[in-house]
Amino acid sequence: MQVPAPFEYERATSVDEAIALLTRHGADARLVAGGHSLLPMMKLRLARPETLIDINGLSDLDYIRVDGDEIALGAMTRHAAVLDSPLLAEHYRIFAEAERVIADPLVRNRGTVGGSLCQADPSEDLSAVFSALRGRAVIRAASGTRSVDLRDFHRGPYETAVGPAEILLEVRVPIRPRTGSAYQKVERRAGDWSIAAVGAFVQIDGDTISDVGIGITAVGAEHFACVAAEDQLRGSPATPEAVAAAAATCARSCHPSADQRGPEDYKRHLVEVLAGRALTQSIARARGEAS
Amino acid sequence: MTATEAPIPDVSTSAAGNPLGFGRMLRKEDARFVRGQGHYVDDVNLHGMLHSAILRSSYAHARIVSIDTSAAEAHPKVKAVITGKTLETLNLAWMPTLSGDVVSVLATDKVRFQGQEVAYVVAEDEYAARDALELIEVEYEPLPAVVDARHALDPDAPIIRDDLEGRTDNKIYDWEAGDQAACDEVFANAEVVVAEDMIYPRVHPAPMETCGSVAHMDKVTGKLTIWTTTQAPHAHRTIYALVAGLPEQKIQVISPDIGGGFGNKVGIYPGYVLSIVGSIVTGAPVKWVEDRSENLMSTSFARDYHMHGEIAATREGKILALRVDVLADHGAFNGVAQPTKFPAGFFHIFTGSYDYPAAHCKVTAVYTNKALGGVAYACSFRITEAVYLVERMVTCLADELKMDPAELRMKNLLRPEQFPYTSPTGWEYDSGDYPRALKEAMRIAGYDELRREQAERRAAAAGPDADPAAPLMGIGLSFFTEGVGAGPRKHMDILGLGMADGCELRIHPTGKAQLRLSVQTQGQGHETTFAQIVSHVIGLPPEDIEVIHGDTDNTPFGLGTYGSRSTPVSGAAAAVAAQRIKDKARIIAAAALECSVDDLEWEHGRWFVKGDPSQGKTIAEIAMAAHSSLELPEGVEGHLDASVVYNPPNLTYPFGAYICVVDVDPQTGVVKVRRFIAVDDCGPRINPMIVEGQVHGGLADGVGMALMEVIAFDSDGNNLGGSFMDYLLPTSMECPSWELGETVTPSPHHPIGVKGVGESATVGSPPAVVNAVLDAIQVRQADMPFTPAMTWRALQGRNLRPDLAIE
Repeated sequence: MQVPAPFEYERATSVDEAIALLTRHGADARLVAGGHSLLPMMKLRLARPETLIDINGLSDLDYIRVDGDEIALGAMTRHAAVLDSPLLAEHYRIFAEAERVIADPLVRNRGTVGGSLCQADPSEDLSAVFSALRGRAVIRAASGTRSVDLRDFHRGPYETAVGPAEILLEVRVPIRPRTGSAYQKVERRAGDWSIAAVGAFVQIDGDTISDVGIGITAVGAEHFACVAAEDQLRGSPATPEAVAAAAATCARSCHPSADQRGPEDYKRHLVEVLAGRALTQSIARARGEAS
Repeated sequence: MTATEAPIPDVSTSAAGNPLGFGRMLRKEDARFVRGQGHYVDDVNLHGMLHSAILRSSYAHARIVSIDTSAAEAHPKVKAVITGKTLETLNLAWMPTLSGDVVSVLATDKVRFQGQEVAYVVAEDEYAARDALELIEVEYEPLPAVVDARHALDPDAPIIRDDLEGRTDNKIYDWEAGDQAACDEVFANAEVVVAEDMIYPRVHPAPMETCGSVAHMDKVTGKLTIWTTTQAPHAHRTIYALVAGLPEQKIQVISPDIGGGFGNKVGIYPGYVLSIVGSIVTGAPVKWVEDRSENLMSTSFARDYHMHGEIAATREGKILALRVDVLADHGAFNGVAQPTKFPAGFFHIFTGSYDYPAAHCKVTAVYTNKALGGVAYACSFRITEAVYLVERMVTCLADELKMDPAELRMKNLLRPEQFPYTSPTGWEYDSGDYPRALKEAMRIAGYDELRREQAERRAAAAGPDADPAAPLMGIGLSFFTEGVGAGPRKHMDILGLGMADGCELRIHPTGKAQLRLSVQTQGQGHETTFAQIVSHVIGLPPEDIEVIHGDTDNTPFGLGTYGSRSTPVSGAAAAVAAQRIKDKARIIAAAALECSVDDLEWEHGRWFVKGDPSQGKTIAEIAMAAHSSLELPEGVEGHLDASVVYNPPNLTYPFGAYICVVDVDPQTGVVKVRRFIAVDDCGPRINPMIVEGQVHGGLADGVGMALMEVIAFDSDGNNLGGSFMDYLLPTSMECPSWELGETVTPSPHHPIGVKGVGESATVGSPPAVVNAVLDAIQVRQADMPFTPAMTWRALQGRNLRPDLAIE
């Protein structure tokens, strides 16, 4: 049996208490939500927090709701709730499409939005989704609450903008009219991490792309996004040629590394194919031509 | 009893609704499994039991400079720290493998693969044992690793086994079968010759339950009891006696519920031996259970055959000869488990299901810096590699001849009248009707319609409005013949132990029975199938027949469950034992009815007087009479028991025809298995539901191996498949709804005609999937597993090697 190294366990009953516990236990304390990434790493002894602070009691962070002109997702929202949310389905198909291919139902019943983002695995799917949608992370410290653009949230593999005595409260995504979104992922098997995945939203104004977001995971895309391709598309006509050019930009600008999921050339090619498909589908949805 | 042509029909049912003999019934063992009440090795908890863990090498090849265990020994909960040096003093640092080699229990001189056992800690709990592993300091001097089997015999390759005296290279053996000169002559004159190189990559049996043991050396009685994950409890007992010098009568091996074996639990692992040593050293029972990564990285692998095949034929598609050169990667120790005479297992059955006179195979086995390999994974002693080779080569030949692969197969399949058939490499196939099975598979598949659809799709893809993302459709075939049920003792033994199986059947006075088997179930449903075999012969309800297995103190000797041998060998033993009971019951019935045995006639479960059916005795009544004061004829003992040792006269030869349909995304390389049709002929089906379950599992194995399962190594010898995130097993999402069919050709030499089916689908299905993928992408040869990247690269004509790290 794989067993973790010794650690202390605390259970927080409020956000303030969680922050107080983090403050008290210092940098070697970790929050645990669903635990589906952190606990396996602890069992393999790749992660060795001295204290685990369990925040599963913070049910007030479990919500998906409209707040002003944004949708807010609480950090303790489980993947399964994101998958099944009618509100998200109405505005952004990308969520359900991404969630459907995240791990398996057992993991989705337990794993959380906040946990996924804070684990900051370079192949994580929701990071690409929120990056595509240009969401904002709301982070709380003892001193107060601050907000960080999702594209500044990830500081590197397994590193985020959330400080040692801070907690991610929620993620906010702007509601955009005349918008379609999609998520395209290729994996070796159901439940595997992506070989590559691309998520996108496209906002249409007549025949023109008025706004666009492209999120990319597992292939070393900076901030899980491709700004160059977005700039290329914004203001341009929503044509197959424009999509193909942007998809090629995505493939060129990511930094995949070879591993058992595939060689670099394949991963780059895959990004191009998936970016093309996600953008095409997003445009069709924005136009109401596809479900 | 003689087997008949027709399937044995279902007979009447018992009070519990079970068939009195063959037929569908729920598995007797499932009641506990579905309630989570199975009892596995890790569920064994003894008073005062200690826990243990193994420190493993992080290097693939390194000299051990020093091991400092002092900090671990100082851990307050640690009871013992054992190294190879400790074991050397007990002469236990090395132990024999099942194939004439030796393997280290704990490394003394060098480590030879990543994950090899280096030190062992016994502690009060498993947490402390794991914590203490981190306190052991090992100084290594890294050595260059031999990773690519193709370079193992290079003149400058490091010598892995310098522990063996006089070793100057990494070769284990050269072995061949068939008539090379005759075969070469056919090739020299053949109109068509196709040659291909292919790899059957290293895969892992990956049972859900990892390996483990609980050893208890009772100092008072001197008896060693070991609960352990073994497919062969009796063989393990004998080997412990031989290795450790323990008296065999004082060793009890108990194999409780086993969570899957697939060959992984045939051999003896260092952990088992260490738990025994740990118990001897501490005087307490010691549990050792490996974790998932340990199972994947250090226990026996399967396959790892690099094959060069050549097939010769006429232009009309008559196959003339097949030859193959194999480079076999056996890892750092030759730990394969197979009958002694056959170092490459039954690979030389590679001529397959076709009629041609000439064949030759040559196998060269080499050491590499990898865990000991080639053991199993439901391969019927390497028949899976053989079937893969011939089914790929026949498909390549069809491609060369531009002939439909079904037509080419039909043209060359052995005909029913050729059985018993002696193959060019000396196997005697017992029975078969191959064309019937292939026709049945094609009927279920709607083969012609599938080919029509494929032609339409290909025409559309070549047209002006072609969709570049349109899936490529592929159809793959495989026809396999297995030889299972090892085996005749004059030809087959493991470590000198002949492969015959004992069996004991006792009918208690009230007509309830106990059947004691030497084979050990790991999920195959023995508790049900064997009860049905006895029920079939003597008519007792299956629910009244308790199957006892997996405890060497309570069962007769036998070699265990692997190579699909349980039903062919122990199943025959059970049938013969039941027949003896039936014969003896007749004598007792005659005594009770005061008539001659010749006056008695049998109806299922009852002897009665000819012409007066009301005068009769059921088996239960006879059992009571057998234990009563009834006077029996001279020379007839009381009670109703039988004991049998069954020595199979030949192997049994199940066969089948498989068809797979896939759709490949040409842009991403993603393969989707659309349909899979499997027609199996394993003789009469004792419990069709269990047979179908076995086939389902094997087909999933085939999809796994063809599409995702592989253990590759990087150039330093790091194992790249050491967790279930890296070593992928298929899920229901990758498996279609299986379409099964059957034909029934009984074995003429088996008492109830059955042939064994445990590995058929694992053996037969991988080439069907691979043939389908390659048909879809219209590439003649590329190696599995067809992950999206491998498939896309094959489409590009730049194949990736599956055994090496992708760079």
